[in-house]
Amino acid sequence: MTSMQFGLFTVGDVTPDPTNGTVVTEHERIKNTITIAKKAEEIGLDVFATGEHHNPPFVPSSPTTTLAYIAAQTEKLILSTSTTLITTNDPVKIAEDYATLQHLADGRMDLMLGRGNTAPVYPWFGYDGSKAIELTIEHYQLLRRLWDEDVVTWQGEFRTPLQGFTATPRPLDGVAPFVWHGSIRTPEVAELAAFYGDGYFANNIFWPKEHYIRLINFYRQRYAHYGHGEPEQAIVGLGGQFFIRKNSQDAVKEFRPYFDNAPVYGHGPSLEDFSEQTPLTVGSPQEFVEKTLAFADYFGDYQRQLFLVDHAGLPLKIVLEQLDELGEVLPQLRAEFDARRPANVPDAPTHAARVAAKIAAESSPSSPEPVEGATV
Amino acid sequence: MTSIVIVTAGLSDPSTTRLLADRFAESVRKQDGDATVSVVSLRELAHEITDATLTGFAPPRLQSVIDQVVAADGLIAVTPIFKASYPGLFKSFFDVLDTDVLTGKPVVLAATGGTARHSLAIDFAMRPLFAYMQAMAVPMAVFASPYDWGSEGTNALVDRIDRAVAELISLLKGNGTGRGPSDDIDLFSDTFLSISNPPTD
Repeated sequence: MTSMQFGLFTVGDVTPDPTNGTVVTEHERIKNTITIAKKAEEIGLDVFATGEHHNPPFVPSSPTTTLAYIAAQTEKLILSTSTTLITTNDPVKIAEDYATLQHLADGRMDLMLGRGNTAPVYPWFGYDGSKAIELTIEHYQLLRRLWDEDVVTWQGEFRTPLQGFTATPRPLDGVAPFVWHGSIRTPEVAELAAFYGDGYFANNIFWPKEHYIRLINFYRQRYAHYGHGEPEQAIVGLGGQFFIRKNSQDAVKEFRPYFDNAPVYGHGPSLEDFSEQTPLTVGSPQEFVEKTLAFADYFGDYQRQLFLVDHAGLPLKIVLEQLDELGEVLPQLRAEFDARRPANVPDAPTHAARVAAKIAAESSPSSPEPVEGATV
Repeated sequence: MTSIVIVTAGLSDPSTTRLLADRFAESVRKQDGDATVSVVSLRELAHEITDATLTGFAPPRLQSVIDQVVAADGLIAVTPIFKASYPGLFKSFFDVLDTDVLTGKPVVLAATGGTARHSLAIDFAMRPLFAYMQAMAVPMAVFASPYDWGSEGTNALVDRIDRAVAELISLLKGNGTGRGPSDDIDLFSDTFLSISNPPTD
């Protein structure tokens, strides 16, 4: 694995194929997700992340079930989420579910926390949607303690108090799963990531880069403010999306009906305008490589790049073809990102590296106490 | 010296609307030490206002209040919202004013209501009234529901009152509303501060 991680993130939408009206069943969609994850490992990707949703047309409501199933059928792939809902999940259940996944996957996992963007979901889980940011903060502060402390006594606003509680199983090797915080508009989430020295992920799909530059720069500055390192050493992840064919015009022609009918931006801007104004690439492999490499110019050298590929009703066959195309240019992407990367920019976090750092810190008595909550 | 008159149409005693009016008075004194602030309660003038609507002229006590309102540099109008709009007492007071006496006068609009679902009454009922009178309603209006008087909402309410009063004072000094779009992130908000101060046992 190189210093930067590449992977896929899926929303898990069941969208009719606009070219022929075909709709896969939920069963097919879930099984296709597994096929896509295994293909990700086959083409040399590092990460597969699934969303969490509790309403149609989305199928992935139980991320750790799906990810554990993938972990059992892969060797190297890091399993992650995009996102795990920190607002509406009980932090005790998150602590236990993801620690279990961590053991089953031998550390090949991390998770990305997010607020979710569906207002009605809050009452389904007994919460008040107007408290989304407060829930995010309180739940994460508790989750952090459930992983970092063996016995927790806690009292807060949104769940029953805990008296001498131990979340089980304890994190693998005494190192909690690495946490990314995903946000597309909330500076408080960037602040939360910065305070704890966690990663920050910008989905980088819907809007022009300037929007995400502002949030990422804010996170980098606050990361340094809290003493975790220089701004350029903060741990940043980005999304992206593409549709590539050898011939650029073929890509545009084939993807246009999917773009025009896609959830979120379909029936809105033209494919050409959207490609020009956002990080979407529809074109040749080299156009894709150039546009993706430019992300580091805008956002600084970063650690994780995830792509959205299986969406908008694209049939499995085309998704797998897209992954073959991605696999062909992946070595070039890795080499060029590594070539431009300054030595002081940290590698993408892995369980093994974090365990090694913990052992090193413990065996060197002269080293200062790590900052509380700092990434080890 | 700046003179500000606060007109409140709270009907009960004590009244939430009067409470909101008093908060505005505090905010004015806090932000402009030279300003004179007076609060006029329409409840105490209810009979005179009714008389004036029937006779076409204001009795002496009401006339002195009208003179005070007309002479003020700025006005703050505070009313309860009943049945989707302001009560008749509030409207009747402005009905008995001559049509043009509020022309060009900066006015802050504020209201209380039993539920947050009344909050747009400021914009669909109060604002057209002052638009008709060609007063200059400041952009920031303040609506207080029961939530805003609870422990959670109070800070935000005080903050909104301060912003509305700041607009009024800025307008009176000839500086526009003194506000513009801002990309600043408030690192010292309660929410932000809670992030770096997680609760301990």
